[in-house]
Amino acid sequence: MLIIDSDKCTACGICETSCAFGAITVSDNCAVVNESCTLCGACVENCPVEALHIESAGKKIQSDINAYSGIMVFAEYRHGNVAPVSYELLGIGRKLADKRGVKLSVILPGGNVAPFADSLIAAGADTVLLAEDPILEQFREDVYAAILVQVIRDQKPEVVLAGATAIGRSVIPYVAHAIDAGLTADCTKLEIREEDGMLLQTRPAFGGNIMATIECPHSRPQMATVRPKVMAPAEPDPSRKGEIFQVHLSEQVVQTKIEVLDSVIDNEDQTNIQEVEALVAGGRGLESEKGFSLIRELANELGGAVAASRAAVDSGWIPYPHQVGQTGKTVSPKLYIACGISGAVQHAVGMQSAEIVVAINRDGKAPIFDIATYGVVGDLYEVIPQLIKRLQEIKK
Amino acid sequence: MNIIVCIKQVPDAKDVRLDPITNTLAREGVESIMNPYDRHALEEAVAIKEQQGGRVTVITMGPPQAETVLREAIACGADEGVLVSDRAFAGADTWATSYTLAQTVQTLGDFDLVLCGKQAIDGDTAQVGPGLACRLNIPYATCVQKTRKVSDKVIEVERMMDDGFDVLRLPLPALMTVVKDINEPRVASLKGKMKAKKAEIRKFSASDIGAEIQNIGLAGSPTQVVKVFSPEARGDRKIFSGSVEEQVDQLVECLRAHL
Repeated sequence: MLIIDSDKCTACGICETSCAFGAITVSDNCAVVNESCTLCGACVENCPVEALHIESAGKKIQSDINAYSGIMVFAEYRHGNVAPVSYELLGIGRKLADKRGVKLSVILPGGNVAPFADSLIAAGADTVLLAEDPILEQFREDVYAAILVQVIRDQKPEVVLAGATAIGRSVIPYVAHAIDAGLTADCTKLEIREEDGMLLQTRPAFGGNIMATIECPHSRPQMATVRPKVMAPAEPDPSRKGEIFQVHLSEQVVQTKIEVLDSVIDNEDQTNIQEVEALVAGGRGLESEKGFSLIRELANELGGAVAASRAAVDSGWIPYPHQVGQTGKTVSPKLYIACGISGAVQHAVGMQSAEIVVAINRDGKAPIFDIATYGVVGDLYEVIPQLIKRLQEIKK
Repeated sequence: MNIIVCIKQVPDAKDVRLDPITNTLAREGVESIMNPYDRHALEEAVAIKEQQGGRVTVITMGPPQAETVLREAIACGADEGVLVSDRAFAGADTWATSYTLAQTVQTLGDFDLVLCGKQAIDGDTAQVGPGLACRLNIPYATCVQKTRKVSDKVIEVERMMDDGFDVLRLPLPALMTVVKDINEPRVASLKGKMKAKKAEIRKFSASDIGAEIQNIGLAGSPTQVVKVFSPEARGDRKIFSGSVEEQVDQLVECLRAHL
């Protein structure tokens, strides 16, 4: 509950403006909280006289927190490959493990995954746990969850990291709920406190307009998912040594209720726009489907992929997997070139963590220029061909 | 077929931001809306009901004013709305929310299908659907883009993956979360609006759903927000001027170091 100290409260009204839910108002010279309060803590943070605090009814406290040690990464296997995000997780996992002075392990479920063990060790793992069974060739939530729950209960890691991919975002929340662990989605920054192993998990909220740092003070493991391309993989070191184990899978663990009737790879759009370093995005300003051939040409020139705003997807010019924004994907490439995109907040929240944003737009007042690193004001049908020409000249 | 749809009232995310000077949340003009993905979950439920027969119950956990989204859902085809509201739920993270919704679903009795939006736009976690499936101990599929077949025993769906999609068959009862591609939500009819106006909303408190106090609200939440701040602003911005050629030359010069 939010407790208001009426003696300290000066009725300044800062809490009122700091609340996103309209849950606190100042009346009769003191703040009053109503039922809309979500205990988000924004008012507590902002109160200049410390008149507010949050009191919780007996928080659940896990008794064997100290029995948990080490960092564990969930590596993803699909259609014969380990997802690049797994190596990125090993990169950040290695740093956390070194700071805390503990081991880094990785669990890899899949059909035939032993050939990947060495590359996982080279990427930073001390221990590789392989869970191999023909049924794991396909992703099934129930079997994957059963394996992860078993391995986490057995190994007791203090931190579990997973990719914020279709697979990670589907199975990890189930696992976290099953083992009563805290889980933070889509972390963009992870730090660990050396002394007590507290994982400080920072993530965007409200579509990226606000950042929040989250802790799990009373439970272990602390679980987090990280979007692809947010963390950097370590330079592979083939001389690194590590141990490889096979996880024993009981008949019960590999039992499934889920039938996978088909697994369709979208051949035309194999590139996941969350996993490339350069994106060229087209919006309403393209004015027709044909504009995307120009966008594609520029993307190819940069070795990148094609993205789009919701307006372009809704117009049927390009399929949904390319959509960036609040109702599409969140991307963080090194370079994002927005062509004919006005830059409404709904789009901006999906791409504002890109390292460099280039805006190409006829309308110099378009909001996209507010979030752009570089802005070109002009007709994209003139600008893009010129840009392609110059890029080709440089290559020569 | 008994279908349950979980919906959430959210602040329209595009309006919420921190004031860079005072570092407080600016809420002026922030409207409360039904989470956009939940509209698609509701539409799918109503479409399945129209095909299979049955009943659609919408539930929401939230403050008393969340009743608005329940009435909106009834206007769009739901049969009944249930508001789960209690001061004790405040501060719930996704773990405690999954628990609370599961208790509610179990209190309501038999069900065949639970539908949720892929995620809520205020938190974007996509964690409550799978958490709820875990608590209810039923199979689930996330990010469903198409329902291929429904019978009283099984459901066949297309589940979006990063490189395409999987076609899954799940026995009922099951849970699925949906993406917006799955359908085009209908607009409330006049008749629907009339029905919504008169509808009786059932209200559950923490004790009505038999919730254990240590599992709900802040107490039942393993995660804790310790700091809220504005994202770092972009560094130096350069908006070029001049002819297209001149601007492109300047751009290429700036990008050169990064290519």
